Amino acid sequence: MAIDQETVARVAHLARLHISEEDGAEMSSRLSDILAMVDQLQQADVADVAPLAHPLEVTQPLRKDEVTEPDIREQALKLAPAAEGGCFLVPRVIE
Amino acid sequence: MSWETVIGLEVHVQLATRTKIFSGASTAFGAEPNSQACLIDMAMPGTLPVVNHEAIRNAVRFGLAIGAKINQRSVFERKNYFYPDLPKGYQTTQLEAPIVGAGEVEIRLEDGSTRTVRIHHAHLEEDAGKSLHEDFHGMTGIDLNRAGTPLIEIVTEPDMRTAEEAVAFARKLHALVTSIGICDGDMSQGSMRFDVNVSVRKSGDPLGTRTETKNLNSFRFMEKAIALEIRRQIDLLEDGGTVQQETRLYNGDSNTARAMRTKEDANDYRYFPCPDLLPVEITEDDIEALRASLPELPDARRDRFTRDFGLPDYDAEIISASRDMSDYFEQAAEHAGDAKLAANWMLGEMSARLNAEEIGIGKSPVSAAHLGQLIQRIKDGTISSKIAKQVFDACWQGNGSPDEIIEREGLKQVSDTGELEKIVDGIIADNAEQVAAFKAADEKKQKKMFGFFVGQAMKATQGKANPQQINQLLQKKLQD
Repeated sequence: MAIDQETVARVAHLARLHISEEDGAEMSSRLSDILAMVDQLQQADVADVAPLAHPLEVTQPLRKDEVTEPDIREQALKLAPAAEGGCFLVPRVIE
Repeated sequence: MSWETVIGLEVHVQLATRTKIFSGASTAFGAEPNSQACLIDMAMPGTLPVVNHEAIRNAVRFGLAIGAKINQRSVFERKNYFYPDLPKGYQTTQLEAPIVGAGEVEIRLEDGSTRTVRIHHAHLEEDAGKSLHEDFHGMTGIDLNRAGTPLIEIVTEPDMRTAEEAVAFARKLHALVTSIGICDGDMSQGSMRFDVNVSVRKSGDPLGTRTETKNLNSFRFMEKAIALEIRRQIDLLEDGGTVQQETRLYNGDSNTARAMRTKEDANDYRYFPCPDLLPVEITEDDIEALRASLPELPDARRDRFTRDFGLPDYDAEIISASRDMSDYFEQAAEHAGDAKLAANWMLGEMSARLNAEEIGIGKSPVSAAHLGQLIQRIKDGTISSKIAKQVFDACWQGNGSPDEIIEREGLKQVSDTGELEKIVDGIIADNAEQVAAFKAADEKKQKKMFGFFVGQAMKATQGKANPQQINQLLQKKLQD
């Protein structure tokens, strides 16, 4: 499967990346190479293989529902470039 | 040919745990911004999540309540997207192996008919923080207290055909999750949020293109948003247009909606199993223990209320939808020795008061024991129904038990025949003109005029006269 430059531009837009036209051309050929390798992987017959979520045969330890974490707001806000009224401040986000 | 609507829901239910799903930070509502966000919730490098056992249990409880298959092995995955209130850059959720598999919820409509809504699955996930766009002079404020709050997302099959069905389903779900105690059900605090998928088609056609209206947080808004979207899609199609698959935002204040993003711009979330979390395993024993600890479910309780207490379907449906109401009802019915009267008072006087003050029955100043006592006093003739409302008011104001109020304010009904006879005699003597007119009138007119004499008797006794006795006495004396 080949990835054309148009697809690269669209994916870049979704990922909020700026990619120049020149870079896009190179990107398109390199991504196509990677996908060629994935195509090869897809030849493998995995019909009887369950998806692997984790390589080890262990399961998740669970925690009691008890409050253990103190309020660290003052320290955390000090790390932030901008804070006000107890909130972290970021450039305005509008949906 | 007429249009048919197809509706499916995704419901986010906030689980009533004390702490977050992956950290030991508190989930208490209303705290100062960021005072309940720990290093894990803030996504500090080097931190690792640890799963809250109670969140797992709550999800299993829900699955059992809808007769779903519980997946004994479930997997957390990362849903990657960028937003400032999601500092990790991904939401930890479930996709391929959700904890709750397919199940069913039966809904009952106003006309008494029932429908079954299939649940596709329900999965565990974490909530994001809050972005505050006001009050930060051009910036956005981020409060991470809600980040990491445990949710289950319940996904239905597209089994609903009208807004009424969707709302009935939403209410049933609310009744279920509150009665099994996994959610506080407080919609005003965002404890339940609904995403509504709507499409329309001509009957018999394949499914139309759907839109998703997100984040509806009241039953009323949900109903209106669905009605609005159905209208919009039908108008579009009838004008020869096509429906775009898109996400829409509904504004309850103006009853309008707008497109938020279309499919072309949709995110690719690049899901993959979370390397920081191992698969969660639940044993058969754990599941059976949770099944045994489930309380009576709303449907079973409703059926018992109609069967054992003789309540009408409608009353039983309303009361059983709330665990607090149901518990209160059972206590009040026992104290009163009369289930129907207890239900009538709860759905009448009591509900009006609770609604006016916007409180739940759990906070009612009139206890179930008090309501029971009040009903007893009506039944044994100590007070009339009219005076009972006065006693209820006083009890609501915190002026003591009904018995204390009746005693202190001298509200006992006058049932002493001798005393009532004297009063009636007095009224007849004082109103000779009306008595003469009454006697001269035909039967139809007499019926109308009779009320005047009853009114006089009630006035003379400040409403405390036993109405049946007054009626009998007046009938007798006026016919003489």
